[in-house]
Amino acid sequence: MRRIGDAPAVRRLLIGAALLLSALFLLLPLVAIFAQAFSQGVMVFWANVSNTFTLHAIGLTLVIALLTIPVCLVFGVALAWLVTRFSFPGRRILQTLIDIPFAVSPVVAGLIYLLLYGRNGWIGSWLDTHDIQLMFAWPGILMVTIFVTCPFVARELIPLMQAQGSREEEAAVTLGAGGWTTFRRVTLPNIRWALLYGIILTNARAVGEFGAVSVVAGAIRGKTNTLPLHLEQLYQDYNAVGAFASAALLALIALLTLAAKAGLEWRAARQEAFL
Amino acid sequence: MSIRLQNIAKHFANTQALEPINLDIHEGELVGLLGPSGSGKTTLLRIIAGLESADRSPQPGKILFGDRDVTNVHVRDRRIGFVFQHYALFRHMSVYDNVAFGLTVMPKKRRPSNGEIRARVFRLLEMVQLQHLANRLPAQLSGGQQQRVSLARALAVEPDVLLLDEPFGALDAKVRQDLRRWLRRLHEELNFTSVFVTHDQEEALELSDRVVVMSNGRIEQIDTPEALYRSPINRFVFEFLGDVNHLEGNVHQGVLTCGDARLNVDLPDGNEELLLRPHEVRLAEQPSAESHLPVTITAISPVGAEVRVELEADWLAKPWLATVRHADFEQLQMRRGQRLFAHPRQWHRFPNAESKVTEQSRVA
Repeated sequence: MRRIGDAPAVRRLLIGAALLLSALFLLLPLVAIFAQAFSQGVMVFWANVSNTFTLHAIGLTLVIALLTIPVCLVFGVALAWLVTRFSFPGRRILQTLIDIPFAVSPVVAGLIYLLLYGRNGWIGSWLDTHDIQLMFAWPGILMVTIFVTCPFVARELIPLMQAQGSREEEAAVTLGAGGWTTFRRVTLPNIRWALLYGIILTNARAVGEFGAVSVVAGAIRGKTNTLPLHLEQLYQDYNAVGAFASAALLALIALLTLAAKAGLEWRAARQEAFL
Repeated sequence: MSIRLQNIAKHFANTQALEPINLDIHEGELVGLLGPSGSGKTTLLRIIAGLESADRSPQPGKILFGDRDVTNVHVRDRRIGFVFQHYALFRHMSVYDNVAFGLTVMPKKRRPSNGEIRARVFRLLEMVQLQHLANRLPAQLSGGQQQRVSLARALAVEPDVLLLDEPFGALDAKVRQDLRRWLRRLHEELNFTSVFVTHDQEEALELSDRVVVMSNGRIEQIDTPEALYRSPINRFVFEFLGDVNHLEGNVHQGVLTCGDARLNVDLPDGNEELLLRPHEVRLAEQPSAESHLPVTITAISPVGAEVRVELEADWLAKPWLATVRHADFEQLQMRRGQRLFAHPRQWHRFPNAESKVTEQSRVA
């Protein structure tokens, strides 16, 4: 018996269309980035990448990502724990609030931070009198990056922890385990893959974030330029090879992230099959 | 270790899950909490464990293990063993690590040496006959095996009391039977105090020294299985403990009538409802001077020690169930559609919810 839509012609057409579109919209641009970056040879590419400003942008981007991840990790785990293990008034509202960073355009997020923490903002003017500057400096970049990426870990954990329930933790406690021991030996091993996956997503977004960062960074070359901002500046300056060299770096990070994600999924699937 | 509950009550939001309850469980006793779902039995068990806290107002209750007041003692310090309904084994740990968990999380000064932990875990695994599966993960075990691991894990810390929540609920009938027998033996060997929750009356009656029957957050009756079955205190307990046949009718001058059915009863005039167990119904080809209860056989199930026969009649709102000996079954040559007469050997009545049962026996 044949399933609906299983005629050979239909099948070939659909597979062909899917492959063609993937090639046109996904593969070709990716190839183009690397082709452009290396269009004048490896030496020019290398000269562009090792340029002081590019190196600074790479460094800043990595530092921001490294600072963002632990914050999001702690926040995400705490939030997921709170929402899935306790029932309290406002729990549902809290679960909806988690999604605000996803729903709001990053540019808007950047503007809000600028309004609040900028020199003339509500909090910013008070901070200014104490000589603390957040906007147009790396702390501002960090703040908006955290805002944009904070839901990823919690979003990964909540459905999983809801499905797993709290029985194992209760069992651990009846056996005499303390709170930290229970978390370390029972909760954490059960959520580790989802947690890693959340971190990978957080990292990808933190490295690539443009909109929110561009509003609060001020794009001071060699000071507050992250890699995506730097790339944009190079492009505006008609330095195509330089821009594509930076783009290639970002694309490389994206590919590594995808590889890590695929690896994790493969591992998780294998573990399930093994059980 | 004995368990004493004084004035334990529990609210969830606006619903009263438990009305103030007093309960004494003796040292070494195996007590079953029996009731339908929503009767509060699991809540009571979790309060004994310390996984839920009892209400503090209007009056705070009290929980004593022996002489030790554990009302405000945290679960982890109550020295209980808890077996969860779906076992709640640590899914990422081997069977060995599951059983060893309680020993490895002890504070350093009380924790046994690694060698001693190993010896103890293997002794427990031997007891539950699973030593050959020590390196497996829980998901690789059958339900019955998981249940035994979860028991071994709870017993590893040598608890004062063992609490079991629907311990055999998710297992098939054969495995359940084996495990019940095994738990009973274990209980007698190790002589700890155990409380288990079940909604299965047969399980409660077979396994327990005493049964606590609960409904709607109240204790209806606490008694030994025999006493409970022989003299249920009210209609709820009677109906919950087994199949029941109803006979409703009007009594006039010592005769209860309902349609074309008649039964001599020694009761004052008025509406009455009599209750009969399936084994209290005798079937015959003829009515007697005392009873005229015509019925038609609608279904026959000859499996087991007795034949189960379903009976219907115009005067019956719900079909009756009768259990007949195989010899009688063959003698009367019972078949579907056959018309017979029912004779109550004995019946019960509960005139109002609280009063004691009235019984009347007939020589049938």
